Amino acid sequence: MILDYETLKFVWWILVGVLLIGFAVTDGMDMGVGTLLPFLGKNDLERRVIINTVGPHWDGNQVWLITAGGAIFAAWPLVYASAFSGFYFAMLLALFALFFRPVGFDYRSKIENPTWRSAWDWGLFVGGAVPALVFGIAFGNLIQGVPFHLDEFLRPWYTGSFFGLLNPFALLAGVISLGMLTMHGAIWLQLRTEEPIVGRAKVWAKKTGILTIAAFALAGVWLSLGIDGFRVVSMPELGATPNPLTKEVVQESGAWLANYQQYPWTLVFPLLGFAGLGGAVLLSMKDRPGLGLVVSSLGLTGVIMTAGATMFPFIMPSSTNPNSSLIAWDAVSSHLTLTVMFWAAMIFVPLILMYTTWTYTKMWRRVTVAEIKAQDHLAY
Amino acid sequence: MLDSTMIELSRWQFAATAMYHFLFVPLTLGLAWILVIMETVYVMTGREIYRDMTKFWGKLFGINFALGVTTGLTMEFQFGTNWAYYSHYVGDVFGAPLAIEGLMAFFLESTFIGLFFLGWERLSKLQHLTVTFLTALASNLSALWILIANGWMQNPVGSEFSYETMRMEMTSFTELLLNPVAQVKFVHTVAAGYVTASMFVLGISAWYMLKGRDLAFAKRSFSVAVGFGLASILSVILLGDESGYEVGDVQRVKLAAIEAEWETEPAPAAFTAYGFPSNADEETHDAVKIPYLLGLIATRSLDTQVVGLKDLMREHEVRIRSGMIAYEYLQRLRNGEDTPGNRASFEDHKADLGYGLLLKRYTENPATATEEQIKQAAKDSIPEVAPVFWAFRVMVGAGVWMLLLIVLGFYFNARRVIQDRRFLLWLFVLSIPVPWLAAETGWFVAEFGRQPWAIGEVLPTGIAASSLTATDLRISLTGFIVFYSILFLIEMFLMFKFGRMGPSSLHTGKYHHECRQESPAAHGGGATPATAPHDQAQ
Repeated sequence: MILDYETLKFVWWILVGVLLIGFAVTDGMDMGVGTLLPFLGKNDLERRVIINTVGPHWDGNQVWLITAGGAIFAAWPLVYASAFSGFYFAMLLALFALFFRPVGFDYRSKIENPTWRSAWDWGLFVGGAVPALVFGIAFGNLIQGVPFHLDEFLRPWYTGSFFGLLNPFALLAGVISLGMLTMHGAIWLQLRTEEPIVGRAKVWAKKTGILTIAAFALAGVWLSLGIDGFRVVSMPELGATPNPLTKEVVQESGAWLANYQQYPWTLVFPLLGFAGLGGAVLLSMKDRPGLGLVVSSLGLTGVIMTAGATMFPFIMPSSTNPNSSLIAWDAVSSHLTLTVMFWAAMIFVPLILMYTTWTYTKMWRRVTVAEIKAQDHLAY
Repeated sequence: MLDSTMIELSRWQFAATAMYHFLFVPLTLGLAWILVIMETVYVMTGREIYRDMTKFWGKLFGINFALGVTTGLTMEFQFGTNWAYYSHYVGDVFGAPLAIEGLMAFFLESTFIGLFFLGWERLSKLQHLTVTFLTALASNLSALWILIANGWMQNPVGSEFSYETMRMEMTSFTELLLNPVAQVKFVHTVAAGYVTASMFVLGISAWYMLKGRDLAFAKRSFSVAVGFGLASILSVILLGDESGYEVGDVQRVKLAAIEAEWETEPAPAAFTAYGFPSNADEETHDAVKIPYLLGLIATRSLDTQVVGLKDLMREHEVRIRSGMIAYEYLQRLRNGEDTPGNRASFEDHKADLGYGLLLKRYTENPATATEEQIKQAAKDSIPEVAPVFWAFRVMVGAGVWMLLLIVLGFYFNARRVIQDRRFLLWLFVLSIPVPWLAAETGWFVAEFGRQPWAIGEVLPTGIAASSLTATDLRISLTGFIVFYSILFLIEMFLMFKFGRMGPSSLHTGKYHHECRQESPAAHGGGATPATAPHDQAQ
């Protein structure tokens, strides 16, 4: 075991972040494309153009989400257990919405019936917009603390309700999530389609980009003024055997700003969020969607890292029993499991990036109406 | 205590969604390799019919794959949503193979599947074949990791309970990988998937032959599938799952349940071919037994004993009593009395903690369970025997039936007279559902036969569930039933539609329905003329 336990715990916090960012940048983009599909495509051919820009890639991209889920299961079992069972109906809502994607992409164009195709188009819209919204709402609730506690045998008990999740701050977080992924998808469509879709995508990139920036700023103000954060008062040493019931946590105002005060360099994350989102909007307006997509990806990274840096080391704070909060030091798997998983990630993530790049390179082109017509029975 | 209705509904939900998921998995596992074979022939010989075969069967593969992905998402979510305590209790061990499955296999499969469908025009022949091959390889690797996870549920090696973290922790990744139960399960499961895909291709090809349509296409597809199918069905039957039934207590119980063997009999035991097992009476009514056969099937030897259920329950009762002591000391340790004495006493009985937890179904505190509760727990430490007994027989019957069909199909195909054996061809068409019947009953035996355990000897199913309410489960289960029913209808509609259209759905202009449009007279004249243009093209 080359890495000590304490280091590995931190590394896994980073790695889960990497997987979530990977999900947002790749599959989040597909979700944005799905969200825009009914609005940017005015007829069947245009919609097929839009779908086929992500057609060869959405399935691989979705595995970022699946692997992030698997990695949370393996590296933070208690977080996986508490969050998925606590947010029961929210998770099922996201799951049922995700159902529409594999079947929507594959089945939509297999039948030449306008009602059939239009139904799947709205299915793809739901499959894009709903999970994007739900994941944002989930983050919004994590930041405010979740009403749950652990009993002496570490069984999680959730005491909130589904509708309690839909509070104003969480909805704002949902808007940020949906807004940024839609913008990201719009810039992708600007890069990979032809007129008139490109023009419409530009308009949407601008609208959703500005909306996201405003929502992100508002959330920042709200967070600093109106939301009590959490602080660890005492806990065992960082490398200790993880037990989430051995620490003392308090909820107090200003605690979510503590990391930025103690380590001012972490302010780089919210700044990256603003700069990335803003830069992406500008580049889209200046018809530079290629660079725009890169900058937009940085923006998404900034927004996600802001949520992480604000809460670190908290992953799932408890509002009803703060001592039950799950943090990166005590909600983790054993040293051996983290080590095995670390090496698996070190080997496979670079490989994944390599072959994913190869597939994008091979399929790189602007998808056109002419191409769809020519490949009527092959294309999605 | 958790609501028992909620637990019951959680089990129904998991069983329904898992079995539904496995309607799509086996076809993916096998059809992927059949596509590889077909495309390899295309790349090596350059004959276009093999490209068309790859594309057409690939279309059906895609219709099936989409639902495999959809329903697989549920499996990943559901451990967390509905089996939260399970996720906490074993995530340290069980989560790792799932996460590695994502990193190593599912990423590869999903990244290349898109290029398989949409990359025909943009990849060279060899590149496309590589893509198809990697998709097939990855789907099988996926199965490997999932079965390593599942094998651990049956026979939890390479791990140990820690009272400090209140969970199972991995002690050896290698042992987890090399779990003998996982290995036999992997071979048995993927080979069953290959049989499923073979029967699928054989049945549909047989139908084209019966209709006299696209004969060249159908016969070639049949040939590929019958060879692949023969090798696969022999593997499934010869390398059956039974060899894994000697390892671990849960597997021993399962074996005895499969055979409804209540009393330990002298080796080699008789095989109960037929009968009505009853848990209440602890015997099998109206049993018809065949001497020696069970010993041979189960242990592959004449002198190894198969332990009967009554003896197993007696063993369990001893372990339940030991588990009560383990629970007592666990409580002390968790309450801060972390003395060397308590720790040593706990360690002595730790291996039986799971058996102590079986009492949770009857009492909040297993350490103080009554004699009656202990007896009841011991009686409930084996599954309902009758469903396991019958499901196993259905699976074996289906397997033997498919072996027979495939051998005959292989023989007549080798003699090049298969298209004249109309009765046999109809049997192939009608037997398309049979491999699914075998796969579903097989999984039922494996998982229902594991009860009352979620993780064998470690975690009872009853306490593995999330802290939800029965109402939560009623809503979610209804949601799954509605969604899955609609999806199933849509999938079957597309399968039948494209199955009926056959290779004409590729719109190459060479196949049956397209030829008919050009020359209706030829169609009226019977089967051979309609396919003639294509046969000549060969």
